[in-house]
Amino acid sequence: MMRTCSITMEESEAVLEEFKKEVLASMEPPPGLSVEGQLEIYRKMAVIRVFDTRVKELWKQNFIYGLAHSYVGAEAIGVGACAALRDGDYITSTHRGHGHTIAMGGDLKKMMAELMGKYDGYCRGKGGSMHIAAVDEGMLGATGIVGSGMPIAVGAGLTASVLKKDFVTVCFHGDGGTNQGIWHESINLSSTWDLPVIFLCENNQWAISFPYSQAAKNPRVADRAIGYGIPGVTVDGFNVFSVYAAVKEAADRARNGEGPTLIEAKFYRYIGHFVADDEHYRDLASNEPWGELDPVRRMADYLVESGTASQEEVENIYVEAQTAVEEAIEYAKQAPEPSPDTLYEGLYSPEFLQSRGEDI
Amino acid sequence: MSRVMTIKQALNEALFEEMRRDETVILMGCDVAIRGNPFGVTKGLYEEFGPDRVRDTPISEAAIIGACLGAAATGLRPIGEILFSDWITIGMDQLVNQIAKIRYMFGGRIEVPMVIRAPVGAGGGQAAQHSQSFESWFSHVPGLQVVLPITPYDVKGLLKTAIRSNDPVLFFEHKRGYEIQGEVPEEDYAIPFGEAVVRREGSDVTIVAVSIMVHRALAAAEELSQMGIECEVIDPRTVYPIDYDTVIESVAKTHRLVVTHESNRRSGIGAEIVSQVTERAFEELDERPVIVAGLNVPMPYNRTLESMVIPNEERVRDAVLELMD
Repeated sequence: MMRTCSITMEESEAVLEEFKKEVLASMEPPPGLSVEGQLEIYRKMAVIRVFDTRVKELWKQNFIYGLAHSYVGAEAIGVGACAALRDGDYITSTHRGHGHTIAMGGDLKKMMAELMGKYDGYCRGKGGSMHIAAVDEGMLGATGIVGSGMPIAVGAGLTASVLKKDFVTVCFHGDGGTNQGIWHESINLSSTWDLPVIFLCENNQWAISFPYSQAAKNPRVADRAIGYGIPGVTVDGFNVFSVYAAVKEAADRARNGEGPTLIEAKFYRYIGHFVADDEHYRDLASNEPWGELDPVRRMADYLVESGTASQEEVENIYVEAQTAVEEAIEYAKQAPEPSPDTLYEGLYSPEFLQSRGEDI
Repeated sequence: MSRVMTIKQALNEALFEEMRRDETVILMGCDVAIRGNPFGVTKGLYEEFGPDRVRDTPISEAAIIGACLGAAATGLRPIGEILFSDWITIGMDQLVNQIAKIRYMFGGRIEVPMVIRAPVGAGGGQAAQHSQSFESWFSHVPGLQVVLPITPYDVKGLLKTAIRSNDPVLFFEHKRGYEIQGEVPEEDYAIPFGEAVVRREGSDVTIVAVSIMVHRALAAAEELSQMGIECEVIDPRTVYPIDYDTVIESVAKTHRLVVTHESNRRSGIGAEIVSQVTERAFEELDERPVIVAGLNVPMPYNRTLESMVIPNEERVRDAVLELMD
């Protein structure tokens, strides 16, 4: 079929209708999630929203170099999943890693400093947005190669299994990653070995200009679990409680030695692929109806409507998020540049570098 | 008649003309159809040639590269596009173990007329996984051809040769080069592989410059000329096959050799060029050959560190000055 854009307005509307019918779930906190826990979830979602909104502006103002991919619209997935984890658990990330880092409790100052290429950044200015990592918090790093986090999560699961530790690893990946060979190899390996891994597909339905409906004959990622003999579920990726509940259950299974789970958190990228994407491959009007499902607003509305928090409390949390992000920006702007003699730092172990001297 | 156009436009024109000329030429890759590639290189092809011949693919580099082989072996002339050349690594088995070897392993009975196009090059803060150039890896593999032109005239003529070639070609486009302008004739032409071009004549030092380094070497040569040093700048355009005759002819005149490429130095294409020239024309060299290349480190994100790693015209100039000292 000859097309003039990636999907037509009618197709887009049909996808939304189907989403509402089959995936959309009402906001109901899972049992055991305290009020404090719910407010902390909202706080992190607000921080991600503010952080990545500011990143785009800072990129345009040239404070942030290179490429940056926003987590706006995906907040419910990263935060919902990580809230269901324990200290000592790990995650692997994608090229869209700011949200994952914040969800794991990453330090905003170190994050923003990294995005500005500063030495105080998480990666000493070597990685930037696309390679943000917060290893001490269990965030094993963002990657620029689609699908490449999959076997890394399998390896972390292997460590837990061999060393008899009870940590689990959540492997965040996109729908784009599901069509890489390594995706299949990784799920097969971890299911065969019953490794404690949770494969969490952030299905935003777009690989840059290419909609998932054209990238896979069966648009339901979770169905693929059948082929590997593991559970597969699709959840509302705009609903932080749905994600939390699914990951919690999968983590319990994993810790119990029952192996991996494939979770498809279905949502929609209603913003550009990266900071400079003009989205000329689709009608911008087709994004708008998805905005109704904005996960941050949904959570805020839930908190107020359910009486969990007052309007004022919810607003204060957002304002605090703004303050924290602004402080991080100021910190990052003032932070020192890496000195030239740090160029080779981290390339090999310190003992190796010392033994080589200038001769790298 | 000729027109001035950018490298991006010249590539686009070559694709249009070859796809019109030969209906077995197809194009596939991420974002090549509707989006017309991130740089606009494939713009308009989908509209003219349709979804059969211009295909957006899922993110499946190994399958894109391997499917090119299968298609090439059975009657098409596929062009596979990889968004960043760094990701060719995902299809390395197909490229190195299958594509490069299949004709030979099967006694010459399979023909592999295919092209893999991909942007190479550093700059702009794209960090460790979006900045690499692998020309030396692929030129190391018998069975592959490796092309890195850097003028509009050359990209058009060499892409045509690549598409018409009966052997696999890696066609590398430098990300910082897409807007470079130059004259391109209106009439059809193709440039044979293995023919270097002397971009600037000079009698003191020969500079062999690969891809984007051609422009940096020319800028250095201009500055050196003001200082009374005349450099001859040679653009090999293809690194396998590569034209050593033109290089050695130049070295026989200048007796000094500098080789420069953006990819990192260790086991780089510069080492191969220096080794070949030394072996073939040792007696012509009055000075040790010098390589100006990227530093042996993954590309750092920070702008200052990044600029230390990428070779620039100052480093080329300083290398020449050292040789002339």
